[in-house]
Amino acid sequence: MRARQFFVATLASLAALVLGGCGEGQQVTLYKQGKYQGKPDTKPYDNDAAQAIYTRSTWTKGDRSSWEAALKQRALNQNEYTRTNSGG
Amino acid sequence: MARMKFLCDAERCIECNGCVTACKNENEVPWGVNRRRVVTLNDGVPGERSISVACMHCSDAPCMAVCPVDCFYKTEDGVVLHDKDLCIGCGYCFYACPFGAPQFPQAGAFGLRGKMDKCTFCSGGPEKDGSVEEFTKYGSNRLAMGKLPACAEMCSTKALLAGDGDVVADIYRTRVLQRGKGSEVWGWGTAYGPPQGGGGAPAPAPAPAQPTKG
Repeated sequence: MRARQFFVATLASLAALVLGGCGEGQQVTLYKQGKYQGKPDTKPYDNDAAQAIYTRSTWTKGDRSSWEAALKQRALNQNEYTRTNSGG
Repeated sequence: MARMKFLCDAERCIECNGCVTACKNENEVPWGVNRRRVVTLNDGVPGERSISVACMHCSDAPCMAVCPVDCFYKTEDGVVLHDKDLCIGCGYCFYACPFGAPQFPQAGAFGLRGKMDKCTFCSGGPEKDGSVEEFTKYGSNRLAMGKLPACAEMCSTKALLAGDGDVVADIYRTRVLQRGKGSEVWGWGTAYGPPQGGGGAPAPAPAPAQPTKG
C-alpha cells in the first residue's frame, strides 16, 4: 500500500515536471522605463514667432496647434510634386 | 500631431554628405562627433544604396530604458532628448542604441569620455530656448523657430525627409507611387497604407511598367 502511494506520488510529480516544460515563458526582457531626473524643458511653441530669424513660419505664442500648423506647412514644402505642380 | 520622424529615401540619396555637413555646421558639433552619418551598402558595386542615419527618436527608446541616471526624456512631439548636466558618460546608451546614435566627445587627455551627444532633431535641450547655454550644450533649436532639422531642409535631392510622421509618410507614398516602383515590397501596406491626412499631393495612379528596348 505504502509502495503504491509512493509510486503514485512519484508519477504525479514527474508528470508535473514534464508538463512544466510545455509552458510558455516570457521570452522578451521587460525594461522598466526610468523617470526623467533632469531639468524641465520649455515647449517649442512657447516662443515668440517674431523672434525667429530667417523663417516665414508664424504662430501664436503658447498655441500648440498654430505652431503645429506652421511646422506642417514647412514639412509639406519637402514635397516637390506639390511645389512644382507636376505629377501628383 | 503624431511624432517627429526622419525618413531617408535610399532611391534618392546620392551620398553627398550634405546632411552631415549641415548638421555639424548648424549645431557646431565638436570634433570627432558625428550626429548624422551616411551609410552606403554594397559600396562600389552597381546598385549600391546609401542612407543617412542619425538618432531615429524611437517610440520606445532603448537608450531611455538603460540610462542609469535617467537623463533622457521625450518631448510632446516624440523627440528623444537628454540632460547633459545629468549625463555621466557611461556609454550604456551607445551599447543599447541599434543605430549608433549616441556619440562621445573626447574630454581631456588619455581619451577620457565626455558627456553623450546625439541628434536632437534640432530642438535643443532642457535649457532656455534660444539661449547661449542651450546652443553650447545641445546645438540649434530650430523647432522653436518653426523650422525643421537642418539636415532634411538642406538635402538637395530631398532623400531625407523630416517632420510629423504622417506628413512624411504621405510625401513618401506619393513619391513611390509616382515613380511606379517600391510599393510592391512586403509590409508596404502596413507602413504606408492609405493617406493619414498628413497632407501632400494626392497619390496618382501608378503607371504600368513599360518594357524598355536596347
